[in-house]
Amino acid sequence: MSGLLEVAAAGLANTVQDRGRRGYRHMGVALSGSLDPLMAACANALVGNQSGAACIEIRYHGPELRVMRGPVQVALAGPVGASVIRSRGAEQTLSAWTTTTLDVGDLVRIGAPAGGTAYLAVSGGVDTPLELGSRATYLRASIGGVHGRALAVGDRLDCRAVSTEGQRERRQSAWAHAIGPIRVIPGPQADAFESAVLCTFFENDWAVTPEMDRMGMRLAGPALVHRSPEAADIVSDGVTPGCIQVPGNGQPIVLLADCQTVGGYPKIATVITADLPRLAQCQPGERLRFVAVDTATARAALIEQNRAHSLWVGGIEVYRPPGRVDESALYSENLISGMIDARV
Amino acid sequence: MSPKIEPVSQPRLLAVGDSAWTIEFGDRIDPLINARVMGLTGSLVTARETGDEPLLSAVVDVVPTFRSVTVHFDPLVADPDQLGQRLLSLAQTSGLAARHGRHWRLPVCFEGDLAPDLDRVAGACGLGRDEVVALMSSTAFRVYMIGFMPGFPYMGGLPAVLNVPRLASPRKRVPARALAIAGEMCAVYPWESPGGWNLIGRLPLPLFAARAEPPALLAAGDVVEWQVIDHATYQELEQALGKGDFDASRFLVSGETS
Repeated sequence: MSGLLEVAAAGLANTVQDRGRRGYRHMGVALSGSLDPLMAACANALVGNQSGAACIEIRYHGPELRVMRGPVQVALAGPVGASVIRSRGAEQTLSAWTTTTLDVGDLVRIGAPAGGTAYLAVSGGVDTPLELGSRATYLRASIGGVHGRALAVGDRLDCRAVSTEGQRERRQSAWAHAIGPIRVIPGPQADAFESAVLCTFFENDWAVTPEMDRMGMRLAGPALVHRSPEAADIVSDGVTPGCIQVPGNGQPIVLLADCQTVGGYPKIATVITADLPRLAQCQPGERLRFVAVDTATARAALIEQNRAHSLWVGGIEVYRPPGRVDESALYSENLISGMIDARV
Repeated sequence: MSPKIEPVSQPRLLAVGDSAWTIEFGDRIDPLINARVMGLTGSLVTARETGDEPLLSAVVDVVPTFRSVTVHFDPLVADPDQLGQRLLSLAQTSGLAARHGRHWRLPVCFEGDLAPDLDRVAGACGLGRDEVVALMSSTAFRVYMIGFMPGFPYMGGLPAVLNVPRLASPRKRVPARALAIAGEMCAVYPWESPGGWNLIGRLPLPLFAARAEPPALLAAGDVVEWQVIDHATYQELEQALGKGDFDASRFLVSGETS
C-alpha cells in the first residue's frame, strides 16, 4: 500500500538524503548523503526502515507535510520540535524519538532545529527516483531528491502506508553521540606545516563559525601558517568529507558530505569516519578540539560505534499510544517492554 | 606501449582519514607524472574488474588527479593498512599510462557573445582573434582530471603563447558549456556557476547528463580536439543535443564511448 505526503510549506533548505552516491567521484560527483548518518539511521530504525533509507534532512527550518494517502508512520531524530494538526483540527506535539502514525489529512509541522541537524523518516523511506544510484540531493549539480533541489510547496513524496490494525508505536531514548575531542588522522598534507604549527592545531580550541553548509564548515582560531607562502597552494588532489583544509588565511575548513572531489588547499588532517556525524551537530560558537589517532584506532572506533548503534536499535520499545487503548494488548506489551526497555 | 623513461621518484602513500588513501606520484602538473597516475588507475580498474582480490572489494571510488590517485574505501570491509600497502605495491609496478583514453573532436563556436573574452585574450597574447582560434583548433588537449564540479575537465596542452591569468574578479555566472582558459589550462564549465577563467567559446553539447551513460562525457586520460563551428551550426546542434540525449560516439575520433 502506498502512502503519499505533500509539502504544504517548504521551510528552509530541507533536502532528501540517504547514504550518498558511491562510484561517481572520478566524474566529479560529490558523495552527498546525510550529514549525520547515525541520526538518520535512528529515525529510520524507529519506523522500521533499513538504516540507509532516504529521509528528510532538516538544518534551518523544517517543512510542513500533509498526508494525502496513508496512514503513514513518521519519526523525528535530532534536536527539533514538531507538532501534528489532525484532520479534525486537534493539534498535538510530535515528539522526537518516537513514531507517530498519521492519517489522511493530518499535517506535520516541523520547527527549526536548535542548531545541529535533524531527520524525519517516513515508513518505507522517501521514494524519490534513484539518480546515479542514490536519492541524496546534490544541490550543486541538481541531482537526486526532488528535481535536485530543496523541498518546495506542492512536492509529492511517495512512501509506504502502514496498517492501523493493532496499532503500535515505537520509541527509544535520544541517541547521544560520543563526546571528547574530534579524532583525526594527520595529513595528507601535514608536511605543509612546521611541527610547531601542528602543535598549535592540536593544542587549541577551534570555534565553529556560522559559515557552515553541506559542503563544509569554517573554524576560527589561531592562524595556521604554512611552511612557506607557496605551500598554501597545492596542485589539486583528492579530498573526502572530513578533510580539514587550510587556505592561505590559516583558518581551517572541515569538508562535509557535499564537498568537491578534489581541492587545491593543503589538508592538515582528516576527521575519522566515526566522528564525522558529530560535526553535523555542531552549533556556531561551539568549540572543538582535535586529537590525532591512527587508522587502527579509527577502525576500532567505527566498529564500536556500529555495535552501540545496533544495541540502541535493539532497545527500541514497542508501545500502544494513548488514546487508542486496547487493555489486553497494553498489559502484554508492558510485560515485554519492561524487559527490553534500555532507557535509564 | 610504455615508453622508456628516466628513473622517477617513488610514489608516496598518504592517509586521507580512515576511508581513503592518496598515492602521490609528484607535486606538479606534468604529463609524465599524470601518465603514472593513469597507469595506476588502469591497473586498479583492471584488478577490480577481475575481482579476485578480496582487499580491493572494499574500494568504492578511484579518483585520478593531476599527480595522484585517491582511492576511497569502506574501512569495515578491508583492513586500511593492508589495503594501503597493496595500493603502494600496485603503484610501484603499474607503469605509465597503461590506460589510453578516448580521442574526441568536439564542436566549439568561437563567435560573438559565445566568446566574451576572446578579443581581450587575443590582445593580451599579441595575436589576432583568428590566430587564437587557429591555435585552439590545431592543439590536442589532454584531460588530466575531472573535478571542481561534475564533469568539469581540467585539460593540459594549451600553447604557451595563450597563457593568460585568471580574471582578477571572477564572474558570478559563467554560462554552462563555456570553453575557458587560464594559466596553462583549458576547461569547459559543465554547469552555470561562478568562475574566474577566460571564456573564449561555447560548446553546443552538455558535458554532464545524469541520465546519460556514462554521465560525464569526458574522463581523465581522454584527448580532446576542438572543431570550429559557426553560429548557425552551434544553434542547430544545441537544439538537437542540449538535453544530453544523443549518441556521443559521433564525436569520437577513436576509442570506445564507455
